[in-house]
Formats: sequence, C-alpha cells, structure tokens
Amino acid sequence: MLGAATKRNADALDDRKGRMAESRPASATSTEPTKVPGRRAKTIETRGVNLFYGDFHAVEEVTMTIEPNKVTALIGSSGCGKTTFLRSLNRMHELTPGARVQGEVTLDGEDIYDSRVDPVAVRRLIGMVFQQPNPFPTMSIYDNAAAGLNLNAKKVSKAHKDSVVERSLRGAHLWDEVKDRLDKPGGGLSGGQQQRLCIARAIAVEPEILLMDEPCSALDPVATLAVEDLIGELKSRYTIVVVTHNMQQAARASDVTAFFNLDATGKPGHLVEIGPTEEIFTNPNEKETEDYVSGRFG
Amino acid sequence: MESSVQTLSPDQPSRLLANGLDTRRRIVNIVMTALIAAAFALAMIPLFSLVFEVATRGIPGLSAEFFTADARGVVGGGGAAHAIMGTLVITGVAALISVPIGIMAAIYLNEYGTGRLRRALTFFVDVMTGIPSIVAGLFAYALFEIFFGPGIRLGVMGSVALSVLMIPIVIRSAEEVLKIVPDHLREAAYALGTPKWKTITKIVLPTAFAGLVTGVMIAIARIVGETAPLLVTTGVVDSMNTDPFNGRMQNLAVYAYNEYRSPGVMKQAAYDKAWAAALTLIAIVMILNVAARLVYRRYKTEIR
Repeated sequence: MLGAATKRNADALDDRKGRMAESRPASATSTEPTKVPGRRAKTIETRGVNLFYGDFHAVEEVTMTIEPNKVTALIGSSGCGKTTFLRSLNRMHELTPGARVQGEVTLDGEDIYDSRVDPVAVRRLIGMVFQQPNPFPTMSIYDNAAAGLNLNAKKVSKAHKDSVVERSLRGAHLWDEVKDRLDKPGGGLSGGQQQRLCIARAIAVEPEILLMDEPCSALDPVATLAVEDLIGELKSRYTIVVVTHNMQQAARASDVTAFFNLDATGKPGHLVEIGPTEEIFTNPNEKETEDYVSGRFG
Repeated sequence: MESSVQTLSPDQPSRLLANGLDTRRRIVNIVMTALIAAAFALAMIPLFSLVFEVATRGIPGLSAEFFTADARGVVGGGGAAHAIMGTLVITGVAALISVPIGIMAAIYLNEYGTGRLRRALTFFVDVMTGIPSIVAGLFAYALFEIFFGPGIRLGVMGSVALSVLMIPIVIRSAEEVLKIVPDHLREAAYALGTPKWKTITKIVLPTAFAGLVTGVMIAIARIVGETAPLLVTTGVVDSMNTDPFNGRMQNLAVYAYNEYRSPGVMKQAAYDKAWAAALTLIAIVMILNVAARLVYRRYKTEIR
C-alpha cells in the first residue's frame, strides 16, 4: 500500500543511501561503520527499564542495545516516552522531583545506576544536546565551546583550551562562521548556529555517547540539513542516539531505529520494535510499526 | 467570467459602518481617561509636595560646612559630616551582613529547598518582612545588652537592626531573580557533567547578576532612612566616629530627628540642618535607585 507517507519515507531512505555512499570510502562495505583508530565508542544496554514520575508509570520495560558508532533514532508519537527514556540514559531523568528509575542501564557493561556511581561522572561520559538551543548567555562563543572544560576540569593552559575550542567548533562545522568573533556572546547567533554551538560544547569534553533530544525541531530546513550532515559525520567518533518525531529524519539520518508507542493516554510508553532503519521502514515485524511509518497514525 | 468576489452596491447598507463612531462610547472613553489622569495627578501630589518642601527648606541648611564638619564642641554651628559618614558606615555594615545571608538563603530556597522546610522558611521570611522597625531595633539592643550590659550603644548594633529589616527584602527579590533563570540553562550545565554547586556559582548566579545587584541596591535604599531602630541602638553623638565597634555613631536619620527635637540656642540653624539632612537622605535614596537601574541595564543578560 503505497501512500504519500510511504513515498516520503522511501525518498528519505534514498537520501540516506546517497549520503552513506558520499561519506564512505569506496572500499568500505555499507554495513561496516567507519571508525577512527584509537577512539572506541561505547555500547549502552538497557534491561527492563521502567521510568516513573512519582506514581505515574511513564515508560515500561525497555530492553535494547545501542550499538557503538551508529546513529540510533527513537521514533514514536508525542507523549510515548522517547524523551523520558533518552534522559534516563545519562541520569537526567532523576533530576525531576519525584522521578524514579527501575531496571538496568549499562555502559559497556558497567551499571550507571549503581549506588556507588556519581551521576556527574556519568554525565561527563554521556553528553546531551537539547531541543531548544541553549548556549550560556553570559558567555562568549569561545567560552561556550570551552564550557565543559571550564566547569569541570582543573586549570588548563590557554593553548590547550584554544585547541579544544577550535577542534570542537570545527567538528560542529561552525568554525569558519565564528572564528572571527569568538568573543561575541553565545546568544547572538542564529538558531542553527546556536544548536551547532551546543553540539560543539557537548563534543568538546569528548563524551563516548551523544544523546540528542529532537535537535532539529526548532530549526529551519537549511539548518536541519546541516545538523543532520553533522550527525552523520560524528558517528564515526561517537555513539549517537537521536529522539525525533520526524520520521523522514529518522529514515535519512539513522542506522538503527527504535519505535516507541502508547496503548492509550495514561498508559506507559513501551518499545514496540527496534531494528536496522531500512527494515523498520520497508519491512517491519510489527503491525503497529507498519501503521506508524506509513502514516496511518501519529 | 463573472467575478466571484462580491462588492457592496450603492444601496446596500454597510455593516461595518452601521454603528458609526459610537458617540456614547467616545464620551465614556474621554471621561474615564480624564478620571484616571486625575487620580494619577492626585497620587503624585504628595510626592511632589514632599520633594518641593524638603528642597526649599533643606537647601538653606546646605553648605560646605554641612558636608565636611561634624558638630563636636560647637554650639549651634557645625556640620553633619559625622552623620553622613555614620549613615554610610552603618548601612554599609548592614549590607555586608545582609547580602551574603540573604542571597545564600535565596539560593537554598530556589535551588535546593523541598517540601516542609522550604514552606516553613518561606513563611518565616514573609513574617519578617512585616516586622516593625522599632522591634528590630529593640531586638538588636537586647541582644547586645546580654553581652555588653545595659546602655550599650554601638554603630554595629544599628547595622544588626537594619539587617533584620533588610534580609527578608534581599531574600524575596533574589528568589524572584533566581526563578527567572531558565531551567534549560541548568540542564545544559548538568548535561556537561557539572556538579550542582558549580552550576549555581558559574551559570545561575552570573546570569542573575544584574537582577541580584538591583535587588540589593533597592533593599539598601529601603533601609537607609530607618530612624526608629537607630534611635535605640546607635545613640546620639556629635563627633565623627567611623568605627562601628566602638561607641556611639551618628547618622542622618537620627541627626535630623535630634536637630528638630533639641534645636538648642540657634533654632533656625538647627531646623535648617534637620531639613538639609532629610534632603541628603532623599538624595542618597534617589542616587541608589538610579544606580540600580543603570547597573541593571548595563549588566543584564538577554536570555533567549
């Protein structure tokens, strides 16, 4: 049943194939992720994760593996718990008063919710970019990019800081646009530039995993494309998880897709299916998934 | 082809213009505007009259001597330099006590407080904002009397009394300013792996800086003219004293009161000086308020 939605998805998958071909050297096979030698991104595994806000059961029994050096997209309709689940991966969920986490989340085998583990240490290894770009308004562009260093590490030399700032701004494809005005306030950039600055800020501390909560939903289409390209490049160095409510974006930009759904309002969200993006969009196992990706609901 | 857009034909009445510019509504509009303007003028009368009176009566009392000399050993002459200095010292020490306590309490209430303790603290702060100033003064006096015996008069006692009045004001305004700092900035800092206290000192406080300074300056402006608590704590003295821990200290509010109450031999000169002291107090309050606005405008952070 080819509807308009399915056609859009097919176009998006074609975009994705095109992009993969562009960014990979011809000799690599299409399923082998390109890795930078010496930089090993980590795997996250969740087992039976249940998330609560007080008594309200928000997300139920999620068991999945997030593979290294790949982009995993979490899709599903509004309110099905994708963002809540994402925030449990770097221990941000528990910052909400009354929020609880049950189950196991392991980073390369280590449980991040172990009672001996400092959440601050977890967040230094697992970075996050938010939906609404949020550069620190009191800091310049330079200081924003270096914020991870300034806020966490002990004193670093100016030269080291300079190199970190340049590396992360280049990594976020923002260097050329801001290299002449590094001392201007971070809030003076356009939306897309601000979001790339937030990405630069996140990668400056060299996390192993990068979580992104609808990073493009506040951006215009041109900026969205720039950020999606960036995500495609970053995955060679990081493991990336992206929450998106835009199916075509998931089809364009991700390697693995996880579909979340709700049975009814008030019920907890749950993981319906997870698999390689191509399969989820063209030949999913569950009927729910097929209904969602072909636009019959959501 | 016939146009599908309808236009008004000449004999069809316009529904938009049917009511005309309703005369009755216009009249009501004019009357209400006039009433509101009159009410505003009425409310401004006491302010202008006050400023006018203090200015006209106070200016004769101003002189170079007023600002530079104290009243030591002089009968009927002398200046108010000791009073001006005293006000600055007492208010300064009060700010030194109140600002750290107030801002730290506001940080606790806004960033850490939960549940019952927070509600209790908020309640007590609200109660403190209503304490009569004389009660604050008596509290400070009683406190120092325990350690130093009866009749003790010190500049710092006045500062303590003023702090009791100033702390709740600082807490209230600092709390409001901290609330305005958006949560997404804190989250951005947490996501980078920043501990909570560092997020507060390096992100929240700098973002709120302009508002905090303004709040403090306005709190200072509020207490700088308090007379009752200072009457019972700092005493009356004629000579310059800049040490808050040693002996009586004069200040503008008590000075004005004293010159008016015990004018001595040269009545008119004393009255003039009392008015001049009042004028100086008003000037200090105005300068503080204007400075608060300028600081805010210069240092405020635009939060997108």
